[in-house]
Amino acid sequence: MKHLHALGLGAVTALGMTALSMLPAAAAWEPTKPVEFIVPAGTGGGADQMARTLQGIIAKHDLMSTQLVVINKSGGAGGEGFLDVKSNKGNPHKIVISLSNLFTTPLATGIPFNWKDLTPVAMLALDEFVLWVNAEAPYKTAKEYEDAIKAAPDNTFKMGGTGSKQEDQIITVAIQKALGKKLTYIPYKGGGEVAVQLVGGHINSSVNNPIEAVSQWRGDKVRPLCVFDSKTLPYTDKIQGDLSWSSVPTCKSEGLDVEYLMLRGVFMPPGVTDEQVAYFVDLFKRVRETPEWKQLMKDGAFNQTFMAGDEFKAWLDQAETTHKGLMQEAGFIAGN
Amino acid sequence: MEQAHHGAGAGPRQRAVEIGTALLTMLFGLIVIYGSVIVGSGWGSDGPQAGFFPFYVGLIICICSLINLVMALREADSGLFAEWGQLGQVLRVLIPATIYVALIPFLGIYLPSFLLIVVFMTWLGKYGFPLSLAVAVGVPAFFYLTLERWFLIPLPKGPIEAMLGL
Amino acid sequence: MIVDNFINLYHGFYIAGDPFNILLMVIGILLGVIIGVLPGLGGANGVAILLPLTFSMSPTSAIILLTCIYWGALFGGAITSVLFNIPGEPWSVATTFDGHPMARSGRAGEALTAAFTSSFVGAFFAIVMITLIAPLVAQFALQFGPAEKFAVYFLAFASFVGMSKEPPAKTIVSMMIGFALAAVGLDMVTGQLRLTFGVTELLNGFDFLIAVIGLFGIGEILLTMEEGLEFRGKAAKIDPKIVWKTWKTLPKYWATSLRSCIIGCWMGITPAGATPASFMAYGIAKRVSKNGKNFGNGEIEGVVAPETAAHAAGTAAMLPMLALGVPGSPTAAVLLGGLLIWGLQPGPMLFVEQAEFVWGLIASMYLGNIVGLILVLTTVPLFASILRIPFSIIAPVILVICAIGAYTVNNNVFDVLMMMVFGVLGYLLKKTNYPLAPLVLAIVLGDSAEEAFRQSLLGSGGSLAVFWSNPLVSTIMGLGLIAGLWPLIAMAFAKLRGNTTQPA
Repeated sequence: MKHLHALGLGAVTALGMTALSMLPAAAAWEPTKPVEFIVPAGTGGGADQMARTLQGIIAKHDLMSTQLVVINKSGGAGGEGFLDVKSNKGNPHKIVISLSNLFTTPLATGIPFNWKDLTPVAMLALDEFVLWVNAEAPYKTAKEYEDAIKAAPDNTFKMGGTGSKQEDQIITVAIQKALGKKLTYIPYKGGGEVAVQLVGGHINSSVNNPIEAVSQWRGDKVRPLCVFDSKTLPYTDKIQGDLSWSSVPTCKSEGLDVEYLMLRGVFMPPGVTDEQVAYFVDLFKRVRETPEWKQLMKDGAFNQTFMAGDEFKAWLDQAETTHKGLMQEAGFIAGN
Repeated sequence: MEQAHHGAGAGPRQRAVEIGTALLTMLFGLIVIYGSVIVGSGWGSDGPQAGFFPFYVGLIICICSLINLVMALREADSGLFAEWGQLGQVLRVLIPATIYVALIPFLGIYLPSFLLIVVFMTWLGKYGFPLSLAVAVGVPAFFYLTLERWFLIPLPKGPIEAMLGL
Repeated sequence: MIVDNFINLYHGFYIAGDPFNILLMVIGILLGVIIGVLPGLGGANGVAILLPLTFSMSPTSAIILLTCIYWGALFGGAITSVLFNIPGEPWSVATTFDGHPMARSGRAGEALTAAFTSSFVGAFFAIVMITLIAPLVAQFALQFGPAEKFAVYFLAFASFVGMSKEPPAKTIVSMMIGFALAAVGLDMVTGQLRLTFGVTELLNGFDFLIAVIGLFGIGEILLTMEEGLEFRGKAAKIDPKIVWKTWKTLPKYWATSLRSCIIGCWMGITPAGATPASFMAYGIAKRVSKNGKNFGNGEIEGVVAPETAAHAAGTAAMLPMLALGVPGSPTAAVLLGGLLIWGLQPGPMLFVEQAEFVWGLIASMYLGNIVGLILVLTTVPLFASILRIPFSIIAPVILVICAIGAYTVNNNVFDVLMMMVFGVLGYLLKKTNYPLAPLVLAIVLGDSAEEAFRQSLLGSGGSLAVFWSNPLVSTIMGLGLIAGLWPLIAMAFAKLRGNTTQPA
């Protein structure tokens, strides 16, 4: 039934697919059985949502001859999922989506793996981080909030975030360093929970991803102060009143020199052939052309950088160094 | 849950098993304490450390295991835990089941399931081969169709499935 | 306001009553029951797996299909609990306590009917609540920070412990083993691994379902073997009128039902979830009921209480998801992802901007549960007759189902081995009079309770006063203390009244 649908819809969207004709040679290898898509995080989180959206898009547009099967392996801050992929040497029917825990988990827990143990396929997008406060809080700009933090004693302000020694806490530590004041960091299980704790007034601020807090913003329950990126977001659709993502200033322009973006990328087990990697690079290029993917990017205000090959590897190398530095400074490395 | 009202017959004493269980839980408690101490079991500047709760949990297990141990030692001999014959019955399930789960990592889930059902039905149930084979093929096939085909949940597979290209 | 709701609901019924949507309900419920029956494969997995298939439907049809899978899983979880002592879902553990003894004494049909009917009652109550006071309830849910959540877990524990007949030292050991097992793996608050001893298989910790499948399911098979190769429910008579007969007895338990409904709704909203709700409802029913002493030996009230609460909680969990964008259960978390993919943003504006979708969904909850009840009740004789299959056929099949169930929880072969270990442990502990229920409860709640406790302390800078810092948290903690000390209080009352007969 699903395939019948996919045929009709696929024909319509194929019109927009110029990318399709670009890489005819890459179709030399094709999967011969269902491909396992490992999510190193729990069901319902950001990575899981993206993986399941990919699964849905690929099925709907019939982009792959076999099925894509999403499997969650969230144990040990995702370490379980990465180890599983690492140990499946040469298996081309397994891919894994990654988030920042690709770097943070081995550093924080000592679980033995490194991104170099996997075969990088492509960066799908980068996830933004935004500084949020409760809409009833008196701080209209990031400057006002920073001044309030600076004026108060250490640990007066509570910052909520997802998990411990992961991206949210890394940003928090960077903010502390920039402001010279300590914040109380409270870890929660998921981003949605953090946003609601902020609405309920149990924490003062959060660094939620846009997609995690956008609905609360629409309801005028929370206020975005600044985005941790080098330039403002390009999305101009109105979200709350006259405000859009593009009206949120960068944190740097507000006197808070912190930048952080989170990887949403895909990896394969070690020892797969270049042809097999090329197949998936091509697959994700085609996914990017679909309207559903574009909608997801817009809803979540993602940074739509796409990378593959050596460019991606160079980026990963750079990001690993950055994370190591940040984690070391914060004292998050296991065994210290 | 009446134990040991089975009249005559030999078997392990209830008291011995109680003592063994208490020792086992105490060992478990000690392991938990050890594990907690490694990660830090104190009260940090901002609340308890990772090992704080497990440490006291382990401690309580040890203390209560000790109480259970003393109670068991002081208890008059309260009869049999089970007769040897009964334990034999238990082992007749336990041994095939243990072999079954031990085979799963190597052979996948389908072949061991087939073998388990055949062995169980013919050996313990004294059923004929036709019925046993029918059930043994039917059940794994049912799960293959519903889980792998319908719900797209891959189950563990071994070399035979790989040969068949499933 | 409430009048508006009714007008909206009327429109909702119009949307949900579309024949295509009714067909989706039937499909959804049937799939859900299958998912619910398989231990390990929970409602969350089921919904997650089918989510991508719904992309080409309208959001309303899609969520009707997915929520009906959820209702089906809620109904279906009770089936294996009653028949084989294997809880198909976490929230049906408490159902095994009396449901399985009923099945063993040949009353499987009765137990299943009671379970299904109670599920329906609980769900219906929760939907009525959502219809009438959704915005108020959402406001209430926002009050719950870490301290309040810890207080709720404390209350759930307190109302369940102190009620077993086993020696106290054994009860404590059992519960503490549960806590220790729950602690294994990643410590969420510090991001450290603990109690894993460098073993990668332990990264994931001990999942509650693995423990339960082993302790209850495998343990039960071993006990059955010891008592001879006979399945004790064999005598079950299949009576097609069993549903009517059971229904006649159920109204007696209206007080238990109502209490469980309220517990369930509260737990579903706050979000503690269906599993603690079922334990709490069972614990309180056992204390309050005049048949309390007989709980655990096949008391129908012991099936009514947890099933009502679990289903009320499962349904109520939908509300915070829609109104706040925070899921009250793992399944709701997956549905939340679905909403985003369909281009709907859950949260404060959803009720305003997408009224058609929201009220269509609420109307489908009414219809879906009615459809579900009818469907599952017709299967009662069928399921009850499974018990007539000889043990030597059904036992290996149960073993296979348990193994598959244990595997599908985390897609991990190691879990299947752990399940066997738990099975042997379950047999041993049961034979030596260690109660298993506290162990199970501790595994379910231990982690979350510790997490909430430590989050509270982080927020308060280490001060324990945070648990008495506002009326809400103080009230819940107070209730918890009363519940925990209840056995002592009851004894004191008995003494005061000059009643010399000690409660046994």
